[in-house]
Amino acid sequence: MAAHAPTASRRRWGSTVAGVLVLGVMLFPLYWMLNTALQPESGLLQVDPVPAGLDLSGFSKALDDQGGHLLTSLLVSFGAVAICLAISAPAAYGLARFGLRGSRTIVFGTLITQMVPGIVIANALYNSYVDLGLVNSYFGLMLADASLGIPFSIVLMRSFMVSIPGEVIEAAEIDGAGPVRTFLRVVLPMSRNSLITSGLFAFLFSWSDFMFALTLNTTDDVKPVTLGIYQYIGAHVGDWGAVMAASVLSAVPAAILLVLAQKYIAAGITGGSVK
Amino acid sequence: MTTSTVTAAAPAPTPGKSAPDPARARLRRRVARWGFVAPAVVFMLLFFGYPLVRNVLMSFQHYTPKTFFTGEAPFNGTDNWSSVFQDVLFGKALWHTLVFTAGSLLGQFCIGLALAVFFTRRFPLNGVLRSLILLPWLVPMVVSGIVWRRILDQDTGVLNTFLGTLGLDGDTPWLTSPDMALLSVILVNIWIGIPFNMVILYGGLQEIPKELYEAAALDGAPAWRTFRSITLPLLKPVITVVLVLGFMSTVKILDLILALTDGGPADATQTLGTLTYQNSFVELDFGAGAVVGNVLILVSAVFAVFYLRANRTEGK
Repeated sequence: MAAHAPTASRRRWGSTVAGVLVLGVMLFPLYWMLNTALQPESGLLQVDPVPAGLDLSGFSKALDDQGGHLLTSLLVSFGAVAICLAISAPAAYGLARFGLRGSRTIVFGTLITQMVPGIVIANALYNSYVDLGLVNSYFGLMLADASLGIPFSIVLMRSFMVSIPGEVIEAAEIDGAGPVRTFLRVVLPMSRNSLITSGLFAFLFSWSDFMFALTLNTTDDVKPVTLGIYQYIGAHVGDWGAVMAASVLSAVPAAILLVLAQKYIAAGITGGSVK
Repeated sequence: MTTSTVTAAAPAPTPGKSAPDPARARLRRRVARWGFVAPAVVFMLLFFGYPLVRNVLMSFQHYTPKTFFTGEAPFNGTDNWSSVFQDVLFGKALWHTLVFTAGSLLGQFCIGLALAVFFTRRFPLNGVLRSLILLPWLVPMVVSGIVWRRILDQDTGVLNTFLGTLGLDGDTPWLTSPDMALLSVILVNIWIGIPFNMVILYGGLQEIPKELYEAAALDGAPAWRTFRSITLPLLKPVITVVLVLGFMSTVKILDLILALTDGGPADATQTLGTLTYQNSFVELDFGAGAVVGNVLILVSAVFAVFYLRANRTEGK
Protein backbone atom coordinates (compact mmCIF):
# COMPACT_ATOMS: atom_id res chain seq x y z
CA MET A 1 0.00 0.00 0.00
CA ALA A 2 2.66 2.47 1.04
CA ALA A 3 4.53 1.76 -2.17
CA HIS A 4 1.45 2.43 -4.30
CA ALA A 5 0.45 5.79 -2.93
CA PRO A 6 3.26 7.96 -4.37
CA THR A 7 2.92 6.54 -7.91
CA ALA A 8 -0.84 7.03 -7.84
CA SER A 9 -0.52 10.62 -6.75
CA ARG A 10 2.19 11.26 -9.32
CA ARG A 11 -0.11 9.88 -11.97
CA ARG A 12 -2.88 12.15 -10.78
CA TRP A 13 -0.67 15.21 -11.01
CA GLY A 14 0.38 14.00 -14.45
CA SER A 15 -3.25 14.30 -15.53
CA THR A 16 -3.38 17.79 -14.06
CA VAL A 17 -0.37 18.79 -16.19
CA ALA A 18 -2.04 17.34 -19.28
CA GLY A 19 -5.24 19.20 -18.39
CA VAL A 20 -3.39 22.49 -18.01
CA LEU A 21 -1.77 21.98 -21.43
CA VAL A 22 -5.15 21.32 -23.07
CA LEU A 23 -6.59 24.38 -21.34
CA GLY A 24 -3.61 26.44 -22.54
CA VAL A 25 -4.28 25.52 -26.15
CA MET A 26 -8.03 26.10 -25.81
CA LEU A 27 -7.67 29.47 -24.13
CA PHE A 28 -4.78 30.73 -26.24
CA PRO A 29 -6.99 32.85 -28.53
CA LEU A 30 -8.47 34.60 -25.50
CA TYR A 31 -4.98 35.21 -24.12
CA TRP A 32 -3.95 36.61 -27.47
CA MET A 33 -6.95 38.92 -27.50
CA LEU A 34 -5.92 40.32 -24.11
CA ASN A 35 -2.26 40.46 -25.08
CA THR A 36 -2.91 42.38 -28.29
CA ALA A 37 -5.22 44.74 -26.44
CA LEU A 38 -2.48 45.63 -23.95
CA GLN A 39 0.21 46.48 -26.49
CA PRO A 40 0.84 49.96 -27.80
CA GLU A 41 -0.70 50.61 -31.17
CA SER A 42 1.38 48.50 -33.51
CA GLY A 43 -0.41 49.07 -36.76
CA LEU A 44 -0.09 45.94 -38.80
CA LEU A 45 3.20 44.95 -37.21
CA GLN A 46 3.62 41.71 -35.36
CA VAL A 47 2.70 41.50 -31.72
CA ASP A 48 5.07 40.50 -28.92
CA PRO A 49 4.19 37.25 -27.14
CA VAL A 50 3.93 39.06 -23.80
CA PRO A 51 2.92 42.68 -23.29
CA ALA A 52 6.08 44.58 -22.29
CA GLY A 53 4.26 47.22 -20.27
CA LEU A 54 0.60 47.66 -19.64
CA ASP A 55 -0.44 50.03 -22.36
CA LEU A 56 -4.05 50.98 -21.73
CA SER A 57 -4.45 53.33 -24.68
CA GLY A 58 -6.24 50.58 -26.62
CA PHE A 59 -8.76 50.30 -23.83
CA SER A 60 -9.34 54.00 -23.51
CA LYS A 61 -9.84 54.27 -27.25
CA ALA A 62 -12.16 51.27 -27.25
CA LEU A 63 -14.18 52.77 -24.41
CA ASP A 64 -14.48 56.06 -26.26
CA ASP A 65 -15.60 54.36 -29.46
CA GLN A 66 -17.56 51.40 -28.12
CA GLY A 67 -18.64 52.46 -24.62
CA GLY A 68 -22.03 53.59 -25.87
CA HIS A 69 -22.55 50.33 -27.72
CA LEU A 70 -21.68 48.39 -24.58
CA LEU A 71 -24.41 50.29 -22.76
CA THR A 72 -26.81 49.57 -25.62
CA SER A 73 -25.97 45.88 -25.31
CA LEU A 74 -26.61 45.96 -21.56
CA LEU A 75 -29.91 47.76 -21.95
CA VAL A 76 -31.16 45.53 -24.77
CA SER A 77 -30.05 42.35 -22.98
CA PHE A 78 -31.73 43.26 -19.69
CA GLY A 79 -34.87 44.17 -21.59
CA ALA A 80 -34.78 40.87 -23.46
CA VAL A 81 -34.29 38.95 -20.19
CA ALA A 82 -37.28 40.73 -18.63
CA ILE A 83 -39.52 39.98 -21.61
CA CYS A 84 -38.27 36.42 -21.79
CA LEU A 85 -38.94 35.64 -18.11
CA ALA A 86 -42.28 37.45 -18.04
CA ILE A 87 -43.52 35.33 -20.92
CA SER A 88 -41.87 31.99 -20.28
CA ALA A 89 -42.21 31.57 -16.51
CA PRO A 90 -46.04 31.61 -16.45
CA ALA A 91 -46.11 29.46 -19.58
CA ALA A 92 -43.75 26.92 -18.03
CA TYR A 93 -45.97 26.77 -14.93
CA GLY A 94 -49.14 26.43 -16.97
CA LEU A 95 -47.67 23.67 -19.08
CA ALA A 96 -46.23 21.85 -16.08
CA ARG A 97 -49.31 22.04 -13.87
CA PHE A 98 -52.68 22.62 -15.47
CA GLY A 99 -52.94 19.65 -17.81
CA LEU A 100 -54.48 21.89 -20.47
CA ARG A 101 -55.68 20.28 -23.63
CA GLY A 102 -53.00 21.05 -26.21
CA SER A 103 -50.12 21.22 -23.73
CA ARG A 104 -48.27 18.50 -25.56
CA THR A 105 -48.62 20.29 -28.87
CA ILE A 106 -47.28 23.49 -27.34
CA VAL A 107 -44.25 21.77 -25.82
CA PHE A 108 -43.68 20.06 -29.15
CA GLY A 109 -43.92 23.42 -30.91
CA THR A 110 -41.39 24.86 -28.48
CA LEU A 111 -38.90 22.19 -29.48
CA ILE A 112 -39.57 22.84 -33.16
CA THR A 113 -38.90 26.57 -32.85
CA GLN A 114 -35.33 25.84 -31.84
CA MET A 115 -34.75 24.56 -35.35
CA VAL A 116 -35.85 27.63 -37.26
CA PRO A 117 -32.74 29.38 -38.60
CA GLY A 118 -32.43 32.93 -37.27
CA ILE A 119 -31.75 34.43 -40.67
CA VAL A 120 -35.08 33.09 -41.92
CA ILE A 121 -36.83 34.80 -39.01
CA ALA A 122 -34.95 38.02 -39.68
CA ASN A 123 -35.87 37.85 -43.36
CA ALA A 124 -39.60 37.90 -42.65
CA LEU A 125 -39.39 39.99 -39.50
CA TYR A 126 -37.56 42.84 -41.19
CA ASN A 127 -40.46 43.51 -43.53
CA SER A 128 -43.00 43.49 -40.71
CA TYR A 129 -40.72 45.62 -38.57
CA VAL A 130 -40.61 48.21 -41.34
CA ASP A 131 -44.42 48.28 -41.44
CA LEU A 132 -44.73 48.45 -37.65
CA GLY A 133 -42.04 51.08 -37.20
CA LEU A 134 -39.95 48.73 -35.04
CA VAL A 135 -36.78 48.97 -37.14
CA ASN A 136 -34.02 50.88 -35.30
CA SER A 137 -35.86 50.71 -31.98
CA TYR A 138 -34.68 49.35 -28.64
CA PHE A 139 -37.98 47.64 -28.05
CA GLY A 140 -37.92 45.92 -31.44
CA LEU A 141 -34.47 44.49 -30.83
CA MET A 142 -35.38 43.44 -27.27
CA LEU A 143 -38.39 41.52 -28.59
CA ALA A 144 -36.33 39.79 -31.28
CA ASP A 145 -33.57 38.94 -28.80
CA ALA A 146 -36.13 37.61 -26.31
CA SER A 147 -37.14 35.09 -28.95
CA LEU A 148 -33.68 33.53 -28.61
CA GLY A 149 -34.28 32.66 -24.95
CA ILE A 150 -38.01 31.96 -24.71
CA PRO A 151 -38.21 28.37 -26.05
CA PHE A 152 -35.13 27.39 -24.06
CA SER A 153 -36.50 28.96 -20.87
CA ILE A 154 -39.91 27.34 -21.22
CA VAL A 155 -38.38 23.88 -21.61
CA LEU A 156 -35.93 24.41 -18.75
CA MET A 157 -38.40 25.87 -16.24
CA ARG A 158 -41.16 23.46 -17.12
CA SER A 159 -38.96 20.47 -16.40
CA PHE A 160 -38.19 22.06 -13.04
CA MET A 161 -41.76 23.03 -12.13
CA VAL A 162 -43.08 19.55 -12.88
CA SER A 163 -41.11 18.38 -9.86
CA ILE A 164 -42.66 20.84 -7.38
CA PRO A 165 -44.80 18.70 -5.05
CA GLY A 166 -48.52 19.09 -5.78
CA GLU A 167 -49.33 19.26 -2.05
CA VAL A 168 -47.52 22.58 -1.71
CA ILE A 169 -49.61 24.16 -4.43
CA GLU A 170 -52.86 22.67 -3.15
CA ALA A 171 -52.10 23.93 0.34
CA ALA A 172 -51.86 27.45 -1.05
CA GLU A 173 -55.12 27.02 -2.95
CA ILE A 174 -56.94 25.71 0.14
CA ASP A 175 -55.75 28.85 1.94
CA GLY A 176 -57.75 30.74 -0.63
CA ALA A 177 -54.99 31.89 -3.00
CA GLY A 178 -56.00 32.18 -6.63
CA PRO A 179 -53.79 30.78 -9.41
CA VAL A 180 -51.94 34.08 -9.89
CA ARG A 181 -51.18 34.48 -6.17
CA THR A 182 -50.12 30.86 -5.91
CA PHE A 183 -47.81 31.34 -8.87
CA LEU A 184 -46.26 34.55 -7.55
CA ARG A 185 -46.01 33.63 -3.85
CA VAL A 186 -45.31 29.90 -3.95
CA VAL A 187 -44.16 28.68 -7.35
CA LEU A 188 -41.79 31.47 -8.34
CA PRO A 189 -39.83 31.52 -5.06
CA MET A 190 -39.48 27.75 -5.19
CA SER A 191 -38.25 27.90 -8.79
CA ARG A 192 -35.58 30.47 -8.05
CA ASN A 193 -32.71 28.37 -9.39
CA SER A 194 -34.34 27.61 -12.69
CA LEU A 195 -35.36 31.27 -13.05
CA ILE A 196 -31.76 32.35 -12.52
CA THR A 197 -30.48 29.79 -15.00
CA SER A 198 -33.02 30.82 -17.63
CA GLY A 199 -32.30 34.48 -17.07
CA LEU A 200 -28.56 33.91 -17.39
CA PHE A 201 -28.95 32.09 -20.66
CA ALA A 202 -31.41 34.62 -22.03
CA PHE A 203 -28.83 37.29 -21.18
CA LEU A 204 -25.99 35.41 -22.87
CA PHE A 205 -28.06 34.73 -26.01
CA SER A 206 -29.05 38.34 -26.26
CA TRP A 207 -25.61 39.70 -25.40
CA SER A 208 -23.95 37.66 -28.13
CA ASP A 209 -26.66 38.28 -30.70
CA PHE A 210 -25.24 39.69 -33.88
CA MET A 211 -27.73 38.68 -36.50
CA PHE A 212 -30.78 40.59 -35.32
CA ALA A 213 -28.59 43.59 -34.54
CA LEU A 214 -27.23 43.44 -38.08
CA THR A 215 -30.51 42.96 -39.90
CA LEU A 216 -33.10 44.88 -37.86
CA ASN A 217 -31.12 48.13 -37.76
CA THR A 218 -30.47 50.40 -40.68
CA THR A 219 -29.08 53.39 -38.80
CA ASP A 220 -26.62 53.78 -35.93
CA ASP A 221 -29.31 54.55 -33.35
CA VAL A 222 -29.44 51.11 -31.76
CA LYS A 223 -26.08 49.43 -32.11
CA PRO A 224 -25.03 46.68 -29.66
CA VAL A 225 -21.34 46.02 -29.16
CA THR A 226 -21.27 42.90 -31.37
CA LEU A 227 -22.30 45.00 -34.35
CA GLY A 228 -20.03 47.82 -33.18
CA ILE A 229 -16.94 45.62 -33.19
CA TYR A 230 -17.84 44.08 -36.54
CA GLN A 231 -18.01 47.48 -38.15
CA TYR A 232 -14.91 48.56 -36.21
CA ILE A 233 -12.65 46.14 -38.08
CA GLY A 234 -13.99 47.43 -41.35
CA ALA A 235 -12.96 50.97 -40.49
CA HIS A 236 -9.93 50.40 -38.25
CA VAL A 237 -8.14 47.43 -39.71
CA GLY A 238 -4.81 48.95 -38.73
CA ASP A 239 -5.67 49.49 -35.09
CA TRP A 240 -5.93 46.00 -33.72
CA GLY A 241 -5.11 47.14 -30.20
CA ALA A 242 -8.39 49.03 -29.94
CA VAL A 243 -10.36 46.30 -31.71
CA MET A 244 -9.02 43.67 -29.31
CA ALA A 245 -9.62 45.89 -26.30
CA ALA A 246 -13.22 46.26 -27.40
CA SER A 247 -13.39 42.48 -27.79
CA VAL A 248 -12.09 41.99 -24.25
CA LEU A 249 -14.69 44.42 -22.93
CA SER A 250 -17.43 42.56 -24.78
CA ALA A 251 -16.39 39.33 -23.07
CA VAL A 252 -16.36 40.80 -19.56
CA PRO A 253 -20.06 40.34 -18.72
CA ALA A 254 -19.90 36.69 -19.77
CA ALA A 255 -16.78 36.16 -17.69
CA ILE A 256 -18.39 37.77 -14.65
CA LEU A 257 -21.45 35.59 -15.09
CA LEU A 258 -19.28 32.50 -15.32
CA VAL A 259 -17.59 33.29 -12.05
CA LEU A 260 -20.79 34.24 -10.22
CA ALA A 261 -23.01 31.50 -11.50
CA GLN A 262 -20.81 28.60 -12.54
CA LYS A 263 -23.10 25.89 -11.23
CA TYR A 264 -26.20 27.38 -12.81
CA ILE A 265 -24.53 27.54 -16.18
CA ALA A 266 -23.36 23.93 -16.13
CA ALA A 267 -26.82 22.85 -14.96
CA GLY A 268 -28.45 24.92 -17.69
CA ILE A 269 -26.37 23.50 -20.52
CA THR A 270 -27.11 19.93 -19.57
CA GLY A 271 -30.67 20.47 -18.34
CA GLY A 272 -31.92 22.62 -21.19
CA SER A 273 -30.68 20.41 -23.93
CA VAL A 274 -31.06 16.88 -22.73
CA LYS A 275 -34.34 17.04 -20.85
CA MET B 1 -48.99 9.24 -9.11
CA THR B 2 -50.14 10.08 -5.60
CA THR B 3 -50.13 13.78 -6.37
CA SER B 4 -52.54 13.37 -9.26
CA THR B 5 -55.08 11.52 -7.15
CA VAL B 6 -54.85 14.24 -4.55
CA THR B 7 -55.41 16.86 -7.25
CA ALA B 8 -58.54 15.11 -8.41
CA ALA B 9 -59.94 14.80 -4.90
CA ALA B 10 -59.04 18.24 -3.61
CA PRO B 11 -61.53 20.56 -5.38
CA ALA B 12 -64.57 18.46 -4.43
CA PRO B 13 -64.87 19.26 -0.69
CA THR B 14 -64.04 22.94 -1.15
CA PRO B 15 -67.26 24.73 -0.21
CA GLY B 16 -67.98 27.88 -2.20
CA LYS B 17 -68.35 30.88 0.08
CA SER B 18 -71.51 32.18 -1.54
CA ALA B 19 -72.08 29.19 -3.85
CA PRO B 20 -71.30 30.78 -7.25
CA ASP B 21 -72.62 29.27 -10.43
CA PRO B 22 -70.36 26.20 -10.89
CA ALA B 23 -70.37 26.39 -14.69
CA ARG B 24 -69.25 29.99 -14.63
CA ALA B 25 -66.61 29.26 -12.02
CA ARG B 26 -65.23 26.45 -14.15
CA LEU B 27 -65.11 28.69 -17.19
CA ARG B 28 -63.34 31.38 -15.22
CA ARG B 29 -60.78 28.90 -14.01
CA ARG B 30 -60.15 27.66 -17.53
CA VAL B 31 -59.66 31.19 -18.83
CA ALA B 32 -57.30 31.96 -15.94
CA ARG B 33 -55.28 28.84 -16.66
CA TRP B 34 -54.97 29.63 -20.35
CA GLY B 35 -53.94 33.14 -19.37
CA PHE B 36 -50.65 31.69 -18.16
CA VAL B 37 -49.83 30.01 -21.44
CA ALA B 38 -51.42 32.29 -24.00
CA PRO B 39 -48.76 35.06 -24.10
CA ALA B 40 -46.05 32.51 -24.88
CA VAL B 41 -48.17 30.90 -27.59
CA VAL B 42 -48.90 34.26 -29.18
CA PHE B 43 -45.24 35.27 -29.00
CA MET B 44 -44.05 32.05 -30.60
CA LEU B 45 -46.67 32.25 -33.33
CA LEU B 46 -45.53 35.80 -34.12
CA PHE B 47 -41.79 35.18 -33.95
CA PHE B 48 -41.54 31.64 -35.31
CA GLY B 49 -44.80 30.62 -36.97
CA TYR B 50 -45.44 33.79 -38.89
CA PRO B 51 -41.87 34.09 -40.32
CA LEU B 52 -42.07 30.51 -41.59
CA VAL B 53 -45.29 31.19 -43.49
CA ARG B 54 -44.23 34.64 -44.63
CA ASN B 55 -40.94 33.27 -45.93
CA VAL B 56 -42.76 30.82 -48.18
CA LEU B 57 -44.96 33.61 -49.53
CA MET B 58 -41.99 35.92 -50.02
CA SER B 59 -40.21 33.35 -52.12
CA PHE B 60 -42.93 33.83 -54.74
CA GLN B 61 -42.82 37.63 -54.62
CA HIS B 62 -40.70 40.11 -56.51
CA TYR B 63 -38.81 42.43 -54.19
CA THR B 64 -36.66 45.33 -55.31
CA PRO B 65 -35.10 48.17 -53.36
CA LYS B 66 -38.08 50.20 -54.57
CA THR B 67 -40.47 47.92 -52.68
CA PHE B 68 -39.60 49.65 -49.44
CA PHE B 69 -40.95 52.93 -50.70
CA THR B 70 -43.90 51.69 -52.70
CA GLY B 71 -44.73 48.67 -50.54
CA GLU B 72 -45.43 46.71 -53.70
CA ALA B 73 -44.07 43.22 -54.09
CA PRO B 74 -46.03 41.53 -56.88
CA PHE B 75 -46.25 37.76 -57.03
CA ASN B 76 -44.07 36.37 -59.79
CA GLY B 77 -44.65 32.63 -59.72
CA THR B 78 -41.51 30.54 -59.54
CA ASP B 79 -39.18 33.17 -61.01
CA ASN B 80 -37.17 33.51 -57.79
CA TRP B 81 -36.81 29.77 -57.43
CA SER B 82 -35.60 29.17 -60.96
CA SER B 83 -33.16 32.08 -60.93
CA VAL B 84 -31.69 31.00 -57.58
CA PHE B 85 -31.35 27.38 -58.67
CA GLN B 86 -29.70 28.39 -61.93
CA ASP B 87 -27.14 30.48 -60.11
CA VAL B 88 -23.82 28.62 -59.72
CA LEU B 89 -23.38 30.29 -56.34
CA PHE B 90 -26.38 28.45 -54.89
CA GLY B 91 -24.87 25.03 -55.60
CA LYS B 92 -21.59 26.18 -54.13
CA ALA B 93 -23.27 27.52 -51.01
CA LEU B 94 -25.19 24.28 -50.52
CA TRP B 95 -22.00 22.25 -50.84
CA HIS B 96 -20.08 24.56 -48.48
CA THR B 97 -22.90 24.29 -45.94
CA LEU B 98 -22.70 20.51 -45.97
CA VAL B 99 -18.90 20.42 -45.76
CA PHE B 100 -18.83 23.08 -43.05
CA THR B 101 -21.48 21.32 -40.98
CA ALA B 102 -20.08 17.80 -41.34
CA GLY B 103 -16.48 18.89 -40.73
CA SER B 104 -17.38 21.02 -37.72
CA LEU B 105 -19.50 18.30 -36.12
CA LEU B 106 -16.89 15.61 -36.62
CA GLY B 107 -14.11 17.71 -35.12
CA GLN B 108 -16.14 19.13 -32.23
CA PHE B 109 -17.57 15.79 -31.29
CA CYS B 110 -14.35 13.75 -31.39
CA ILE B 111 -12.32 16.30 -29.44
CA GLY B 112 -15.22 17.02 -27.08
CA LEU B 113 -15.66 13.31 -26.34
CA ALA B 114 -11.92 12.79 -25.81
CA LEU B 115 -11.85 15.67 -23.33
CA ALA B 116 -15.02 14.47 -21.59
CA VAL B 117 -13.47 11.03 -21.08
CA PHE B 118 -10.23 12.65 -19.93
CA PHE B 119 -12.05 14.67 -17.28
CA THR B 120 -13.78 11.62 -15.81
CA ARG B 121 -10.37 10.80 -14.28
CA ARG B 122 -9.88 12.04 -10.78
CA PHE B 123 -7.03 14.48 -10.47
CA PRO B 124 -6.28 17.73 -8.65
CA LEU B 125 -7.84 20.90 -10.13
CA ASN B 126 -10.16 18.82 -12.34
CA GLY B 127 -13.20 20.99 -11.57
CA VAL B 128 -11.42 24.30 -12.07
CA LEU B 129 -9.91 23.29 -15.40
CA ARG B 130 -13.24 21.89 -16.56
CA SER B 131 -15.12 25.11 -15.94
CA LEU B 132 -12.38 27.35 -17.37
CA ILE B 133 -12.60 25.42 -20.63
CA LEU B 134 -16.13 26.83 -20.99
CA LEU B 135 -14.78 30.37 -21.43
CA PRO B 136 -14.50 30.38 -25.25
CA TRP B 137 -18.12 29.30 -25.47
CA LEU B 138 -19.25 32.39 -23.57
CA VAL B 139 -17.58 34.94 -25.85
CA PRO B 140 -19.93 36.28 -28.54
CA MET B 141 -19.34 34.29 -31.70
CA VAL B 142 -18.74 37.33 -33.85
CA VAL B 143 -16.03 38.43 -31.39
CA SER B 144 -14.36 35.01 -31.49
CA GLY B 145 -14.37 35.30 -35.25
CA ILE B 146 -12.63 38.66 -35.12
CA VAL B 147 -9.98 37.41 -32.68
CA TRP B 148 -9.24 34.45 -34.92
CA ARG B 149 -9.11 36.70 -37.96
CA ARG B 150 -6.21 38.47 -36.26
CA ILE B 151 -4.49 35.20 -35.31
CA LEU B 152 -4.83 33.74 -38.81
CA ASP B 153 -3.61 36.84 -40.65
CA GLN B 154 -1.19 35.71 -43.32
CA ASP B 155 1.59 38.25 -42.79
CA THR B 156 1.28 39.36 -39.18
CA GLY B 157 -0.82 36.65 -37.51
CA VAL B 158 0.69 34.77 -34.60
CA LEU B 159 -0.08 31.34 -36.06
CA ASN B 160 2.15 31.85 -39.09
CA THR B 161 4.82 33.47 -36.93
CA PHE B 162 4.75 30.42 -34.67
CA LEU B 163 4.87 27.95 -37.56
CA GLY B 164 7.75 29.98 -39.03
CA THR B 165 9.86 29.73 -35.89
CA LEU B 166 9.27 25.96 -35.93
CA GLY B 167 10.75 25.92 -39.41
CA LEU B 168 7.41 25.08 -41.02
CA ASP B 169 5.57 26.99 -43.72
CA GLY B 170 4.99 30.32 -42.06
CA ASP B 171 3.26 31.89 -45.03
CA THR B 172 -0.05 30.04 -45.20
CA PRO B 173 -2.89 32.21 -46.53
CA TRP B 174 -5.40 30.84 -44.00
CA LEU B 175 -8.27 33.16 -44.82
CA THR B 176 -7.22 34.78 -48.07
CA SER B 177 -6.88 31.76 -50.34
CA PRO B 178 -10.05 30.20 -51.75
CA ASP B 179 -8.52 26.74 -51.20
CA MET B 180 -7.82 27.28 -47.51
CA ALA B 181 -10.58 29.56 -46.27
CA LEU B 182 -13.33 26.97 -45.78
CA LEU B 183 -10.98 24.68 -43.88
CA SER B 184 -9.88 27.56 -41.66
CA VAL B 185 -13.47 28.53 -40.90
CA ILE B 186 -14.23 24.90 -39.99
CA LEU B 187 -11.22 24.74 -37.67
CA VAL B 188 -12.31 27.88 -35.84
CA ASN B 189 -15.84 26.54 -35.50
CA ILE B 190 -14.48 23.29 -34.08
CA TRP B 191 -12.70 25.37 -31.45
CA ILE B 192 -15.97 27.14 -30.65
CA GLY B 193 -17.98 23.91 -30.35
CA ILE B 194 -15.62 21.86 -28.18
CA PRO B 195 -16.79 23.19 -24.78
CA PHE B 196 -20.46 22.53 -25.54
CA ASN B 197 -19.78 18.97 -26.68
CA MET B 198 -17.50 18.34 -23.74
CA VAL B 199 -19.95 19.54 -21.09
CA ILE B 200 -22.91 17.52 -22.33
CA LEU B 201 -20.91 14.37 -22.99
CA TYR B 202 -19.26 14.70 -19.59
CA GLY B 203 -22.72 14.90 -18.03
CA GLY B 204 -23.71 11.75 -19.91
CA LEU B 205 -20.59 9.89 -18.77
CA GLN B 206 -21.39 10.72 -15.14
CA GLU B 207 -24.72 8.91 -15.50
CA ILE B 208 -23.12 5.58 -16.41
CA PRO B 209 -23.08 3.34 -13.30
CA LYS B 210 -19.57 2.88 -11.89
CA GLU B 211 -20.25 -0.82 -11.16
CA LEU B 212 -20.18 -1.60 -14.87
CA TYR B 213 -16.61 -0.36 -15.10
CA GLU B 214 -15.61 -2.23 -11.97
CA ALA B 215 -17.03 -5.43 -13.42
CA ALA B 216 -15.17 -4.86 -16.67
CA ALA B 217 -11.95 -4.22 -14.75
CA LEU B 218 -12.43 -7.48 -12.83
CA ASP B 219 -12.84 -9.32 -16.10
CA GLY B 220 -9.57 -7.78 -17.21
CA ALA B 221 -11.10 -6.00 -20.21
CA PRO B 222 -8.67 -3.58 -21.90
CA ALA B 223 -9.52 0.12 -21.85
CA TRP B 224 -10.46 0.32 -25.53
CA ARG B 225 -12.77 -2.68 -25.21
CA THR B 226 -14.46 -1.17 -22.16
CA PHE B 227 -14.97 2.09 -24.06
CA ARG B 228 -16.49 0.30 -27.04
CA SER B 229 -18.78 -2.10 -25.25
CA ILE B 230 -19.82 -0.07 -22.19
CA THR B 231 -19.22 3.64 -22.68
CA LEU B 232 -20.37 4.11 -26.27
CA PRO B 233 -23.61 2.07 -26.11
CA LEU B 234 -24.73 3.64 -22.83
CA LEU B 235 -23.81 7.12 -24.04
CA LYS B 236 -25.76 6.72 -27.26
CA PRO B 237 -28.85 8.79 -26.34
CA VAL B 238 -26.66 11.68 -25.21
CA ILE B 239 -24.51 11.37 -28.34
CA THR B 240 -27.60 11.64 -30.53
CA VAL B 241 -28.77 14.76 -28.73
CA VAL B 242 -25.33 16.39 -28.93
CA LEU B 243 -24.99 15.70 -32.63
CA VAL B 244 -28.47 16.88 -33.52
CA LEU B 245 -28.21 20.05 -31.43
CA GLY B 246 -24.75 20.62 -32.90
CA PHE B 247 -26.15 20.18 -36.38
CA MET B 248 -28.93 22.65 -35.83
CA SER B 249 -26.68 25.35 -34.46
CA THR B 250 -23.96 24.78 -37.09
CA VAL B 251 -26.03 24.60 -40.25
CA LYS B 252 -27.34 28.14 -39.77
CA ILE B 253 -24.16 29.87 -38.61
CA LEU B 254 -23.83 33.36 -39.96
CA ASP B 255 -21.89 35.58 -37.56
CA LEU B 256 -18.72 33.51 -37.43
CA ILE B 257 -18.36 33.40 -41.20
CA LEU B 258 -19.14 37.07 -41.66
CA ALA B 259 -16.54 37.99 -39.03
CA LEU B 260 -13.83 35.72 -40.46
CA THR B 261 -14.21 36.04 -44.22
CA ASP B 262 -17.45 37.85 -45.11
CA GLY B 263 -18.21 34.81 -47.27
CA GLY B 264 -15.09 35.32 -49.38
CA PRO B 265 -12.53 35.03 -50.83
CA ALA B 266 -14.25 34.46 -54.18
CA ASP B 267 -17.34 33.08 -52.36
CA ALA B 268 -15.25 30.21 -50.99
CA THR B 269 -17.00 30.36 -47.60
CA GLN B 270 -20.46 31.31 -48.78
CA THR B 271 -23.11 29.09 -47.13
CA LEU B 272 -26.90 28.96 -47.29
CA GLY B 273 -27.01 31.24 -44.24
CA THR B 274 -24.67 33.90 -45.59
CA LEU B 275 -26.29 33.67 -49.02
CA THR B 276 -29.72 34.34 -47.52
CA TYR B 277 -28.28 37.36 -45.76
CA GLN B 278 -26.55 38.61 -48.87
CA ASN B 279 -29.56 38.20 -51.14
CA SER B 280 -31.95 39.89 -48.74
CA PHE B 281 -30.01 42.49 -46.83
CA VAL B 282 -27.16 43.39 -49.19
CA GLU B 283 -28.85 43.11 -52.57
CA LEU B 284 -32.33 43.79 -51.11
CA ASP B 285 -33.83 40.94 -53.13
CA PHE B 286 -35.91 39.45 -50.32
CA GLY B 287 -37.60 37.04 -52.72
CA ALA B 288 -34.30 35.37 -53.59
CA GLY B 289 -33.27 35.44 -49.92
CA ALA B 290 -36.50 33.71 -49.00
CA VAL B 291 -35.83 30.93 -51.54
CA VAL B 292 -32.42 30.17 -50.05
CA GLY B 293 -33.88 30.47 -46.55
CA ASN B 294 -36.55 27.91 -47.40
CA VAL B 295 -33.92 25.47 -48.64
CA LEU B 296 -32.07 26.00 -45.36
CA ILE B 297 -35.27 25.18 -43.46
CA LEU B 298 -35.75 22.02 -45.52
CA VAL B 299 -32.21 20.89 -44.72
CA SER B 300 -32.85 21.56 -41.01
CA ALA B 301 -36.23 19.82 -41.13
CA VAL B 302 -34.64 16.56 -42.17
CA PHE B 303 -32.60 16.65 -39.00
CA ALA B 304 -35.52 17.87 -36.93
CA VAL B 305 -37.00 14.44 -37.46
CA PHE B 306 -33.90 12.87 -35.93
CA TYR B 307 -34.09 15.28 -33.03
CA LEU B 308 -37.69 14.47 -32.24
CA ARG B 309 -37.02 10.76 -32.45
CA ALA B 310 -34.04 11.20 -30.12
CA ASN B 311 -36.23 13.17 -27.73
CA ARG B 312 -38.89 10.51 -27.76
CA THR B 313 -36.51 7.70 -26.83
CA GLU B 314 -35.10 10.02 -24.18
CA GLY B 315 -38.55 10.48 -22.64
CA LYS B 316 -39.21 6.76 -22.26
